[in-house]
Amino acid sequence: MTLPIVTVLGRMTLAFLTAIGAVSAFAFHAVRQGLRPPWYGRQIARQIMEIGYYSLPVVGLTAIFTGMVLALQSYTGFARFSAESAIPNVVVVSLTRELGPVLAGLMVAGRVGAAMAAEIGTMRVTEQIDALTTLSTDPFRYLVVPRLIAGIVTLPILVLIADIIGVLGGFLVGVYKLDFNDVAYLRNTMDFLEFQDVFSGLVKAAVFGFLITLMGCYHGYTSRGGAQGVGMATTNAVVSASILILTFNYFITEMFFAL
Amino acid sequence: MTVPAKILLRGVTKSFGPKKVLQGIDLAVAPRESVVVIGGSGTGKSVLLKCILGLMQPDSGAIHVDSEETTTLGSRQRERVMRKFGMLFQGGALFDSLRVWENVAFGPIQSDGMAPQKARDVALAKLGAVGLGPEIGELFPSELSGGMQKRVALARAIAREPEIIFFDEPTTGLDPIMADVINDLIVKCVSDLGATAVSITHDMASARKIGHRIAMLHEGRLIWQGPVGEIDRSGDPRVDQFIHGRAEGPIQMQVRKL
Repeated sequence: MTLPIVTVLGRMTLAFLTAIGAVSAFAFHAVRQGLRPPWYGRQIARQIMEIGYYSLPVVGLTAIFTGMVLALQSYTGFARFSAESAIPNVVVVSLTRELGPVLAGLMVAGRVGAAMAAEIGTMRVTEQIDALTTLSTDPFRYLVVPRLIAGIVTLPILVLIADIIGVLGGFLVGVYKLDFNDVAYLRNTMDFLEFQDVFSGLVKAAVFGFLITLMGCYHGYTSRGGAQGVGMATTNAVVSASILILTFNYFITEMFFAL
Repeated sequence: MTVPAKILLRGVTKSFGPKKVLQGIDLAVAPRESVVVIGGSGTGKSVLLKCILGLMQPDSGAIHVDSEETTTLGSRQRERVMRKFGMLFQGGALFDSLRVWENVAFGPIQSDGMAPQKARDVALAKLGAVGLGPEIGELFPSELSGGMQKRVALARAIAREPEIIFFDEPTTGLDPIMADVINDLIVKCVSDLGATAVSITHDMASARKIGHRIAMLHEGRLIWQGPVGEIDRSGDPRVDQFIHGRAEGPIQMQVRKL
């Protein structure tokens, strides 16, 4: 009875390692192609609009409610030992270092990663990717590289906006519900904020942008077998991007923690 | 003196796992010749085309284009050889995010660096050559019927005036009249360009119309090849069964008898 379990475990381990190898090879190839011309400017611009501009509403809503709930929850805790004055600082540090990049990353993974996998997957199964090759256009440079570049550039901008909107959410709850003085709230927010708080969040955002677009492109590009294959690619893109975001989030945090 | 073949395949094999799809293909296509490869579904016709195009790497064997071995080329060299090719995909494979004229102008703009305004004129001229007016150019592929999509795909395949054109099931999914219209267009485009053509199809009416020579693929091998006029006298019962579309015969489908 033990043998089948060992076999299954072994098979799963092998499949897992194979997947990591395939993704790494894909990423390596994409980065190498991305370092030399031609760059497709129009494609990059289109993707920046797609990833950034059209994600603003969903990221903004996530940020404002997160900021609001943070202020409320930390009040509950901090009021017990009369440390209410730390609330603005807790809100801004949590947002910039952690919740801004992670929540924006997860929302964009759901919105953009899925769409990307579906689009590229459909192009794969309808032979549009082969058609690119026959028109002497490298599909990696035309499809994958612009998306990766757009992801890396756009996510930090989105997160910076999310940070500001999130702090605004905390401010609204602090001033109108918890009776903070508005000037004091803002001063508390700014006085204890360090450059590294924001910077580490933006580094995370850039990495997440790369991971989201990489997963969207990889699963779309390698999808097989019609509508079902494309559906699976979409699911896999979102799930794998979300897990990678949470995993890398810890390691990047640890990296900055050591500095 | 014999003219060197435009495309030459020697002993090309390709397997997917345990499934041997191509088991040693030898084929020579002369310049300006139109060869049609016929065969049932799943006999590896598409794989054969994709190997010649370089979209797939054969397991063994040699593929020469203009006497140049192409299976060992790097990506830069491959792009240069690709410039000689035009391909009409089975489903059209039009880029659905681009307008019709942008589809046709894609090769000239992206690969040959032609100015968009000039490429647009070229695209409209090519659309005209396949019987589509300039107003069609502004539409998106999803707004077109199947027959019109095929025409646009044909216009895109000939936009860079390739030396060699591949047709993957050009008439599949079209009504018989539209199929004949497409066949006529293919014959016209190929002769206007003076191109070499390789087509794959299981539509015999189409094969007879667009081919000079027919080769039949069965179980990974070319079991017969010869001029179109001789296909009815092939002397091979498998070829006879195929061209007359009979369920009974030496070729048995992999399905249970009813």
